[in-house]
Amino acid sequence: MTVSQQIITIGMVILGTVLTRFLPFLLFSAGKSTPPYIRYLGRVLPSAVFGLLVVYSLKDTRVLTGNHGLPELLASVLVIALHIWKRQMLISIAGGTIAYMLLVQFVF
Amino acid sequence: MQTKRTVLLRALRAAFPHTIPIFAGFWFLGLTYGIYMNVSGFSFWYPMLISATVFAGSIEFVAVNMLLGAFDPLQALFMTLMVNARHLFYGISMLDRYRGMGLKKIYLIFGMCDETFSINYTARIPEDIDRGWFMFFVTLLNHFYWFSGATLGGVFGSLIQFDTTGLEFVMPAMFIVIFMEQWLKEEQHMGAFVGIGACLLCLAVFGPARFIIPSMIAILAILTAMKPSFEKGKVLP
Repeated sequence: MTVSQQIITIGMVILGTVLTRFLPFLLFSAGKSTPPYIRYLGRVLPSAVFGLLVVYSLKDTRVLTGNHGLPELLASVLVIALHIWKRQMLISIAGGTIAYMLLVQFVF
Repeated sequence: MQTKRTVLLRALRAAFPHTIPIFAGFWFLGLTYGIYMNVSGFSFWYPMLISATVFAGSIEFVAVNMLLGAFDPLQALFMTLMVNARHLFYGISMLDRYRGMGLKKIYLIFGMCDETFSINYTARIPEDIDRGWFMFFVTLLNHFYWFSGATLGGVFGSLIQFDTTGLEFVMPAMFIVIFMEQWLKEEQHMGAFVGIGACLLCLAVFGPARFIIPSMIAILAILTAMKPSFEKGKVLP
C-alpha cells in the first residue's frame, strides 16, 4: 500500500468512527424536540449498553475449554463483592485486577 | 464569582480520580497497540497519529490488518461502521447531557469512546463543579492516556519487558463497576436485564467476533416491544 492509500484507509476509519458518534446528535438536535420514542430509548438504553459493555469486555473468555473462565469468574465476583462492601470505584477495580493478575500468573 | 481559571482547575481536579482506572487500562492497551504496530513494521508516527485521530480502541487494532492488506477504502468504512455501531447508542443516551455545551460539545462527541461515555453518563458530578468542563476533562484525559500509551508503544516497541499478564482485566472490572453503579441508581432494571441477557445469548449464538450487531438489534427490538408496559409502569424487575 502506498502512503496515500494508507492515508485514505485511515481517513475512512476516522470517517466511520466520527459518523457513529455524531449521527444521533445531527438527527435529533438543534431546536427540534426529540421524538418520544428516542427519548424513551435514551432512558432505557444506557443500562442495556453497560450490560453490553460487560459482556463485550469479557467476550474472549473461553468457558468451554482451558480453565473454563474460572479466573474471570472469581475476579468478577471479587469486584462485585468489593463494590457492594466499600462502593469505592478504585478499590473494586484495583482489587479485581490484581486478583486476576495473580490468578493467571501463578494459579492457572 | 469564580474566575474561569478556578472553574477549569476545579473541574479538572474533580474529573481526574474518575479517570485513574482508565489510565491503567489505556496505557496497557495503548502500549500493546503501539508495540503491535511497531512489530507489524510501522514507524511510531502511525500509532501516534492514528490514536490521536481515531480514538476508538478496537477498530485501531483492526486497522493494522487493513493497512497490511489490499487497498479497499469501502471495506474499511463498512468495517468501521460495524465495529463502532454501538456508539449510536451512546449518542442517543447523551442527547440531553451534552445539550447546551457550546463548542465543547464537538470535542465531547468526537472523544466519546466506551470508557468516556461510561464515566460521563454515570459520574456523580458535585453541584459546585461545572458539568461541561468536568466531562470535557474526562474526555481529554482519556484521549491523552490512549495517545501517549500508543505513541510510547510505537517508539519503544519490543524493547519493553514486562510481565503485565492479566492487567487487561482492568477494563472488564471497570465496566462491571459502572454497570453496578447504574444498577444502584435506577428504579427498575429492565434495561440491565435486557442488555446482559440479549448479549449473552447473541455471544453464544454468533461468537465473539460477530455478536455486537445482533445484540444491538435484539436490545432495540426487546426495548421497543416493552415500551407500552414501561409507560404504564407495569415493568416489574
